[in-house]
Amino acid sequence: MSVLAPEHLAQLLEDQREVVRSVWLEAASAELRGRTSRGELEREQDELYDALVAGLRSGATDLYSGAFDSLRGILADLSTARARLGFTPRETAVAIFALKEGLYQVTSASAAQLAPLLRLVDDLGLFTFETFAATREGIIAEQSEQLLELSTPVVKLWDGIVAVPLVGTLDSARTQVVMEKLLSTLVETGSEHAIIDIAGVPAVDTQVAQHLLKTVVAARLMGAECTISGIRPQIAQTIVALGIEFGDIRTRASLADALVDALRVDRRAAGQGGSTAVGTGA
Amino acid sequence: MRPGTADGVLTMPVDTDADVVKVRQAVRGLTQQARLSLVDQTKFVTAASELARNTLVHGGGGHVEAQVVSEGRRTGVRAVFVDDGPGIADIDLAMTDGWTSGTGLGLGLSGSRRLVERFVIDSAPGAGTRVEIVSWSR
Repeated sequence: MSVLAPEHLAQLLEDQREVVRSVWLEAASAELRGRTSRGELEREQDELYDALVAGLRSGATDLYSGAFDSLRGILADLSTARARLGFTPRETAVAIFALKEGLYQVTSASAAQLAPLLRLVDDLGLFTFETFAATREGIIAEQSEQLLELSTPVVKLWDGIVAVPLVGTLDSARTQVVMEKLLSTLVETGSEHAIIDIAGVPAVDTQVAQHLLKTVVAARLMGAECTISGIRPQIAQTIVALGIEFGDIRTRASLADALVDALRVDRRAAGQGGSTAVGTGA
Repeated sequence: MRPGTADGVLTMPVDTDADVVKVRQAVRGLTQQARLSLVDQTKFVTAASELARNTLVHGGGGHVEAQVVSEGRRTGVRAVFVDDGPGIADIDLAMTDGWTSGTGLGLGLSGSRRLVERFVIDSAPGAGTRVEIVSWSR
């Protein structure tokens, strides 16, 4: 007994629609047990069933062929919606596998003849898993991006002085965010001093140092003077042993020291500014 | 490589940036177990961070084996970084301050050697790279 052609399978599904659909609905709603309404489930299954029949009718049995584009689209939307609603991937997949229960009710064809259809249902179930995982990964990526934003506050300490307290690991992505935020805050607040506090950075290796140096150079290009503060004794010794040179970049042990320093420079600059004004006036 | 512990040896893969962070955290835990001073902890962790990044960036990924070791009354930490990458043709050149094959500061390898007590590098073109570092409590 050979397998049925896709067109035959489509016809069979149409003929047996009532039986297959009702058994599928029963099996799926037993699995989801009140997590989704029966009416909604029926509507979803309607759409999937129609798309499945339409795909078979055009002669395809491979889920990834063009004929099943709309079926995959519906399934992806369904799976994504379920993932966001907090369904487990098992619940979503089992609701699809339940279609097999309905297919077993088809008495006019043997399981061997239905083989391509059963395999297609397996693929459908696995497809929901893939979409589910992709959605979850998307959510995780969104959250880590939000965390990235959260973890880099730029605060105004004084008139003309802004500070970035860095906490945690400083990688390329984070440095980029820190640099952008710092530079835009410098412009917004018209500040001339930026203090980057690394007291919360657990280890300063060459990559972190390079990122810090780049940030300082960028701030300088915008006319701001940068100080790196919060250098703990063990970090200082490590930096020396590594051989990293901070060159003429101002560094201070604590944020307080850096603030006092920036205020002093500010006052001196104001004093000089005054004398110049007098000079040009005379 | 699957992460795991056997006979106190912690084996961790280094295939992504996140793995480098994990290695750093695990090694920090070991340095604390081995009762290294705070300065030596920081130095060892920084060296591990450098070498793990080398494994990732230059070696194209690999793995790290780390463990607490003891010798008489001293305890210490040992970490071995292994990759199957292109290897290093001229180790002396690679160990020179400021020499870099990429866009880094060129202090990773040479600097790491100064951060730990024992530093053994073994590499040949096409044969991958193996770096072993050890530091002891005082």
